[in-house]
Amino acid sequence: MLQVDGLSKRYGERVAVNAITFSIAQGETVGLLGPNGAGKTTAIAMISGISKPDGGQVTLNGVSLARDANAFKRRVGLVPQDPALYEELSAWANLQLFGGLYGLRGAELQSRANAVLALVGLAERSADHVMTFSGGMKRRLNIAAALLHEPDLILLDEPTVGVDPQSRNAIFDNLEELKRRGKTLLYTTHYMEEAERLCDRVLILDHGRILASDTVAHFKQQYSNLEAAFMQLTGRALRDGAEV
Amino acid sequence: MNTTAIGALIRNDIRLYFTDRRAVIVGVLVPILIAAFFGYVFGGAGPSEGQGKIPVAVVDEDHSSVSRAITADLAADPLLQVSALDRAAAREQVKSGKKNAAAVFPRGFGEQTTQSLFSGANKPQVELLVDPSQSMGARVIQGLLAQYSMREISKEAFTGAYGRTAIDSYLEQSDNRGQPRLSADLRALLIAARKLNNQSDSRTEPGSANGPGSATGPGASSGERTTFSLSIPYTVASTSVTARDNAPYNSYAHSFAGMAVQFILFAGIDAGILLLLTRQRGIWQRLRSAPLSSSEFILARALATTLIGLFQITVIYFVALLVFKVRVEGSWPGFIAVGISFCLLNASFGLMLATLGRSASTTRGFAMMATLLLVMIGGAWVPAFVFPRWLQSASRYVPTRWALDGLDGATWRGLPFSAAVLPTLVLLGSTAICLLIAIWRFRWED
Repeated sequence: MLQVDGLSKRYGERVAVNAITFSIAQGETVGLLGPNGAGKTTAIAMISGISKPDGGQVTLNGVSLARDANAFKRRVGLVPQDPALYEELSAWANLQLFGGLYGLRGAELQSRANAVLALVGLAERSADHVMTFSGGMKRRLNIAAALLHEPDLILLDEPTVGVDPQSRNAIFDNLEELKRRGKTLLYTTHYMEEAERLCDRVLILDHGRILASDTVAHFKQQYSNLEAAFMQLTGRALRDGAEV
Repeated sequence: MNTTAIGALIRNDIRLYFTDRRAVIVGVLVPILIAAFFGYVFGGAGPSEGQGKIPVAVVDEDHSSVSRAITADLAADPLLQVSALDRAAAREQVKSGKKNAAAVFPRGFGEQTTQSLFSGANKPQVELLVDPSQSMGARVIQGLLAQYSMREISKEAFTGAYGRTAIDSYLEQSDNRGQPRLSADLRALLIAARKLNNQSDSRTEPGSANGPGSATGPGASSGERTTFSLSIPYTVASTSVTARDNAPYNSYAHSFAGMAVQFILFAGIDAGILLLLTRQRGIWQRLRSAPLSSSEFILARALATTLIGLFQITVIYFVALLVFKVRVEGSWPGFIAVGISFCLLNASFGLMLATLGRSASTTRGFAMMATLLLVMIGGAWVPAFVFPRWLQSASRYVPTRWALDGLDGATWRGLPFSAAVLPTLVLLGSTAICLLIAIWRFRWED
């Protein structure tokens, strides 16, 4: 499904991502865990085609991002860390735009928009301006916008940051539903309990390198729980640097 | 080419524009209001009673036939709105800005002017009280005062009561020994004037007024008496050269062109700022992750801004046509060509600003300054002819000047399509330059 080979990115002298290699199978949910500045967001940016890698390559079902970016991007849905929405427009208008970017229009676009709004529980609020939404509702609409074109792979960059427990639970319900539908998810987070609940497999990233890659069950066997594994592998030193 | 994506982006930009009511009001309503104001101030749709007259005061302390005649002439002039006041009131009105100037005719003005016309000595002084902030108006009054004074004083000097006395006095003096002799030519002229006056008197009824103070000039009974005066030896027939013969100049045509150009440029700035803000928001990531190339993105933004500009110019000119009687007296295709090419230029100008700017706030400040300079030098506020010569030449290098010339040419000047070709080409050329800079500087990646 997704194959990442030797992906690297450097900002000046600083190496943000250092030749990471991993793969994700069809229908698998993989958590990308790491402290601040570990390189999670940069890795997601490169895999989604936002940022050009300095080295390495990414393929999805045999389609190379470098060789055929548009075909690759049509199969990927990105949920950015911050809600990427026009607040002054309605939820429906936002979906019209983001669906249109993927070539959707007319009845097909309407049908898809209705379906994703129903999935995230916002069907009743489709005509309302996004600025009237709570933080949790914006996060759910942010996810809905990435699902419109029915991507094979969904990239989620910390989709639950800054939301209340109820909203987080609702988002999790959405993601579990996607998982049940056989979607492939790559998920970055700081929250170990989220990774334990959702992920089949976890990659622990620090200083741009993958330190460990295993199933949640194996991590638990080896380190009692996922947080213990995380702390042992990444250390207890504070990470005050910016997220990259 | 992902036409569905381009269409979605265009629709979204237009939706965003109409969602922002402030932008719509600023982009459409404000230019109409300002254009209406400027158009009215500069003459409106045609000549109207009292519009544009220069308010002046006349203080007549002489009450002679000469001063009364000059006052009457000034009052009858279409450029002036004359009020007769005393000196204190006139000074107060000029000081408060209610009058541009006041002319004070001193006591003895009529008599002294007729005498000094021949002798050149003892000239009376007309005091002109002027509002220093209205120097142009004061100069107009000075010119008209000179014109009417020359006519009335010469009339009085040659055929009026004061003049007869003065002529007799000069001729008598010239005959007396010890007095400076008048030149032979002037003496001959004065003798001829006296003869003319005597012939005129013989044709009038016996007992008619004939002494100093019983003037022959305006306001005095002159019967059949022949009058003579010096006046400007030609008349001026002023014809407004507009689209058609007798078609009055409609100053709204220029003011609407100027304000349309200015506020469409403001919308172009807003479009550029929106692009910068989008870059700063998460939406940029979503756009970048979509199957969309940078050229498709730029094309969509340019087309959306062009359509918004076309909406603005359509509404602004619709009101101008409907309410302010602005007419496309020349070529409609020329008008449309200039309008579309200016809207294209505006879109590429906005994109260029967005690619040159780093932050929304600094870019907005710089862009506003640049735009105001462009419209000012282009002649949107005041006609370019008031500029110094070098600035008039420089304005030829400003695309707004070409837009205004093109729109003026198609509207009140009534020029054919051929006159719109050069402005259109200049605007399209400027569009290409701005677009090339925008493409060169555009950073699709963060």
